[in-house]
This record gives sequence, structure tokens and C-alpha cells, in this order.
Amino acid sequence: MRLAAVPSESWRAMALNPLRTGLTMLGMVIGVAAVVAMLAIGQGAQAVVNQQIASMGSNLFLILPGAATSGGMRMGIGTALPLTAADAQAIGELPTVTASAPMTSGTAQLIHASNNWSTLVYGITPEFWAARDWKIDSGEMFSETDVRSAARVALIGRVVAENLFGNADPVGETMRIRNIPFTVVGVLAPKGQSLDGRDQDDTVHVPLTTAQRRLFGMQIPGAIRFIIAQSASLETMDTTEEEIKRLLRQRRRIPPGGEDDFTVRNLTATAEAAAISARAMSFMLGAIASVSLLVGGIGIMNIMLVSVTERTREIGVRMAIGARRRDILVQFLTEALTICILGGAIGAALGVGGAWLAAELADMQVVVTVAAILLSFGFAAAVGLFFGFYPAHKAARLRPVEALRYE
Amino acid sequence: MSGASLIRVEGLAKRYGNGGEPEVEVLHDIRLEIRPGEFVAVMGQSGSGKSTFMNILGCLDTPSAGHYYFDGRDAGGLAPDELAALRNASFGFVFQGFNLLRRVNALDNVALPLLYAGIGKGERRARARRLLEEMGLATHAHHLPNQLSGGQQQRVAIARALANHPRVILADEPTGNLDTQTSQEVMGIFQRLNREQGITLILVTHEAEIAGYASRLVRFLDGRIVHDGPVHPQ
Ligand SMILES: Nc1ncnc2c1ncn2[C@@H]1O[C@H](COP(=O)(O)OP(=O)(O)OP(=O)(O)O)[C@@H](O)[C@H]1O
Ligand SMILES: [Mg+2]
Repeated sequence: MRLAAVPSESWRAMALNPLRTGLTMLGMVIGVAAVVAMLAIGQGAQAVVNQQIASMGSNLFLILPGAATSGGMRMGIGTALPLTAADAQAIGELPTVTASAPMTSGTAQLIHASNNWSTLVYGITPEFWAARDWKIDSGEMFSETDVRSAARVALIGRVVAENLFGNADPVGETMRIRNIPFTVVGVLAPKGQSLDGRDQDDTVHVPLTTAQRRLFGMQIPGAIRFIIAQSASLETMDTTEEEIKRLLRQRRRIPPGGEDDFTVRNLTATAEAAAISARAMSFMLGAIASVSLLVGGIGIMNIMLVSVTERTREIGVRMAIGARRRDILVQFLTEALTICILGGAIGAALGVGGAWLAAELADMQVVVTVAAILLSFGFAAAVGLFFGFYPAHKAARLRPVEALRYE
Repeated sequence: MSGASLIRVEGLAKRYGNGGEPEVEVLHDIRLEIRPGEFVAVMGQSGSGKSTFMNILGCLDTPSAGHYYFDGRDAGGLAPDELAALRNASFGFVFQGFNLLRRVNALDNVALPLLYAGIGKGERRARARRLLEEMGLATHAHHLPNQLSGGQQQRVAIARALANHPRVILADEPTGNLDTQTSQEVMGIFQRLNREQGITLILVTHEAEIAGYASRLVRFLDGRIVHDGPVHPQ
């Protein structure tokens, strides 16, 4: 009853000084808004990376011809001994490898009716699908027979389908790749961007042999551009990498001590690194925003200390007529907490709005979670309690005579 | 000499001193008893320790030595919150400078002790309004202190002192800031409260005329009581 009545005393005091209350609150509003917005943007970035990782397939290696230098630069593909479909097959037979897909690629002009579109065309085997975990929306995957016979069939991405066929169903239709007619056998499910920022929906997949023989003739027959290999599990990744290296050195007759003339890139590790950096960025953004919350808290403490000093006589009067220490403590703590919680609520709303604006204007992906809002809200309340306690305690500890005598 | 004393002070001393400075004793070995319903005027030259003594009586300050019994209870043994409760329930304070909360209207100023007594809002308001009426301030309930004259402010302060039906009113130079006529009005109120409601009144003043309203006079000199007797010796 009594403690419930005391807060109304603080609210009255706050209402009497709206400008000061508002400015103090502004510190909290900005702090909480910054935390909520930064967390939303950080978590958005994480979500993007996670989607990319999920879309990539798990435990993958990318094997390229040519040595990797420390700077990550590769010798031109043409200068090195190319990889072949036979290499891919041999890798596929390694004990810890569950799938191995030879691939080749190149850009090509596509034509259907009066529409034309330039995009990346991959030559693949159906085995690739097992590793990539990629759905087909309509139609179906081409078969081993199609690969063997170098059939002119193609799977197209969503973006390609829209640009060439508009709203019509492309399955069964004919289009031209580098002027060679192909039949569209399927449309791929949307997958979004890959880790290197390429739009995976803007691609065409044809049988490897078709690509090799009809589209991108290589100097050396049977040459492919790269191999995608999948390890059985995360734990076998290291073993797989060793096995692949040993096998390729053997097949390519590299003498002991000689440098690899090929590169085995652990895609999962790359993805992991991207995820870690996204997480680090998210954390950094949150930490920076937290500083503004801290500054807001210090602002509250400052104003509360001034307020306690200014109202020393009032505190003395209240004590003389019967306020206990607890009543004074509650009164000033309520003031700090009200500023924080109200400021926190406004800040959370602004933060969500800011994140939404960032999503709209900067085309960023943002993730606003209830947990993030509650977290910054709780943080705001904690800041209020922490920075409000000292001034409130100071007020409550005043001795009645001294407070009354204060000028 | 009938009945037990309401206030009993024994060997009370008050010393001030901070850090390295030598302590200064401003009250020496004070001995005093006040029975319920008395009206005591306290006089003495400036700096003689009257306010210091009043603050100790009102439990706003603690003695350095000696004992203070209020209604038989040793106030020296009470915790800060118990002292707060005692002030709330048993004492009413009237100050020279009124000490009303500046930004709070007359009604809420009067109701404030009731808030700390844990009384509900409705009753707080009703009681405060009645007290203001008794002080002839019914039409000024919603005025802020700076919209009231000195005499009106002091009457609001008296209404506030009365809010919790105190047993004692401690008034430290309550007419110090008032003109003669207003002083007489205020003293009339005190006299009525003392006679009609039996409230014990202890009042500090520099003016013999004001002391004349009381029935007993205590005179301080340099931290000691040098005179204690009826105001109008027969
Ligand atoms: N906080 C303090 N620290 C040190 N000395 C103090 C303090 N408060 C009061 N004194 C001293 O105690 C003495 C008594 O002061 P007090 O205020 O009780 O006098 P008073 O009789 O009320 O005087 P006045 O008539 O002017 O109000 C004075 O000498 C004063 O300087
Ligand atoms: Mg004095």
C-alpha cells in the first residue's frame, strides 16, 4: 500500500520537469534503439550466411587444377595439367568420400523465341545433385544415360526461366545454348546467393559430356574444370582431404617433395569462416551499441545525482514527516527505472523501425527477434537499477537534520 | 505534577566536530521533563542550542550522550526506520521557513504524511481537505506554496503537522517570518490545538509576546537550561 503509493511521487516529480526527463530518457532511447537495430542487422547477416551454408550442401571439397599460392592466387587453368572425369571417379572410390562430381563451366548466350540471356552454364553429372542437396521444382533431373549420350537437355534456374520463358512453364520447351538447341527438362528450386555472392538461380546445368563436347571444347579431351567431392561426415573431412591429395599426387605423378599442382579447397571450412566472421560482426555491432546504452546509463546517474542534490531539502522534509529510508530509495529508484523502461520501450520500437528501414532502403536482410528486444530491454532496466541505485542510496542515507539544513 | 512525562531528557549532550578539529559541545547535560498537554516556550539567545535541542526531541538528530525517553521509550535504541515511524505518527513539525514542497499544491502537501503512514489515496485527500478547512484554507487547496502568503503557507504547514494526529507539535520559530497580526493568528491556532485537542506544544521563539501564549518557559544559555518555570509567575 505504502510502497505502491511512493512511485506516484516520483512520477509527479518527473512530470514537473518534462524537458529534463525527456533528455535523460533520450540517452536510453538511443542506446536501446542502437542495440536492437544492430542486433537485427548482425543477426540478419548471420542468417544470410547460414542460408548460404545450408544451400551449399555439407562437408564439401572443391578440387581445382593449379597450385594455390599463399595469397590464394592460382596459376591460369590452362597452364596446369587439367583434371579429368577419371580423376573424379577415382576420388569417388576413396573410402571416406560419398560423392564426387566432375564439373565444367562457362558462360553462354541462351535464346528462346525473341528472348536472350547470358549466363553461367555448368556441365555436371547426376551425382552432383546428391552432394548439393538441390531440389527441382518442376520436371526432373537428367539421367546417367543422358550423360553417356551427351544429350542436349538442360536444367535451368528460376532467374533463367523467368528471363527466357516469362510466366510460361519451360519444361519440355526448346531453347538454344550457343545456338545449339536444348530441351529444358527441369526448373530448379530457388537457392539464393552462394558464399561468393553469385546468384545460384541464374545458372543452367547440362550433362557434363554435353558441355565438354558441344559447348566448351577443351584442348585436352576429357578435361574438366573442377571436381566437387563430399566427405562422409564432418569428422572425416581431414582424412578425406589427405586421401584426395595423396591420390591426385599419385595420379599426376608428382615426385615426393614436389609441390601440388592442384588445389583442394575445404568449402565447409570456408563457410565456417564466413559464419564466424558474421557472428563476430554481429557481436561487434552489439558491443558498440551497448556502449551507447552505457553512456545513457551514466547520463541517468548524472541527472539523478543532480536531482538528489537539488532536492536535498525536500528529502529532509519528507524524512521529517515520516518517510523511511526505503521510501526515499524507492522514490528515486522508480525515477531511474521509469526513465529506463519507458526509454527502453520507445528505443525498442525505434530500433525495430530502424532495422526495417535498413532492410527497405539498403536491401539488407535483418532479423528482429523477441529475444533481442527482451535482452536490450532487460539491459536497459539493469542499467537503470545499476546507475539509479547509487544516487537513490545516497538520498536515502541522508540524515534528516542535515538534509533539512541544506540550502 | 500529575501523570507520567511524555518527554524525558536526562544528561543529554550534543557535540559537533569533524575530522581533526576539536569537538564543540553545544548542549551540556540537559535535563527536562514535559508532560502530555503542556505548552512550552523555549527562549534563549542565538546559538544557545534551541534548534539543536528541538531536532533531538523530534528524532531528526541523535544526542551525543545522555538519554531521551519519548512516552517511556528510549529513542536512542531505535533504528532509523523506527525513528521515521515515530516522527510520522507522533510528531508534527512547523518550521520558520515553512518547508512546504515547492511544486506540490497545498492539499497534497498536507496529505503527504498520510502517504507515508500507508493511508489510501481517497482518505488522504479527504482528511487533508478537512484539515485545510479547519485552517480556513478550503479555497486554497490547489494553490502551490508560492501562490500563498506567508501566513497561509504556515497554516498549510500546521495542517500538515496535524495530519497524523500527532501527540507533539515542535515549532521552531514558527512566527519568525510573519508579521505581528499573522503571528497572532498562528499563535491563536496553536493555543486552540493545545487547549481543545490536548496536543503538547513545544515552541521556540525570540519574542516574549509569542512566549506569552505558552504556559511554561524554558530558557537556554550557551547550551544549558538556565531557567524553567511558568510563563506568568504568580
Ligand atoms: N552541524 C553543525 N556543526 C557544527 N556546529 C553546529 C552545527 N549545527 C549547529 N551548530 C552550532 O551549535 C550551536 C547551537 O546552534 P542552534 O542552531 O541550536 O542555535 P539556536 O539556539 O537555534 O540559534 P538561533 O536562535 O539563531 O536559531 C551554534 O553555536 C551552532 O554554531
Ligand atoms: Mg534555531
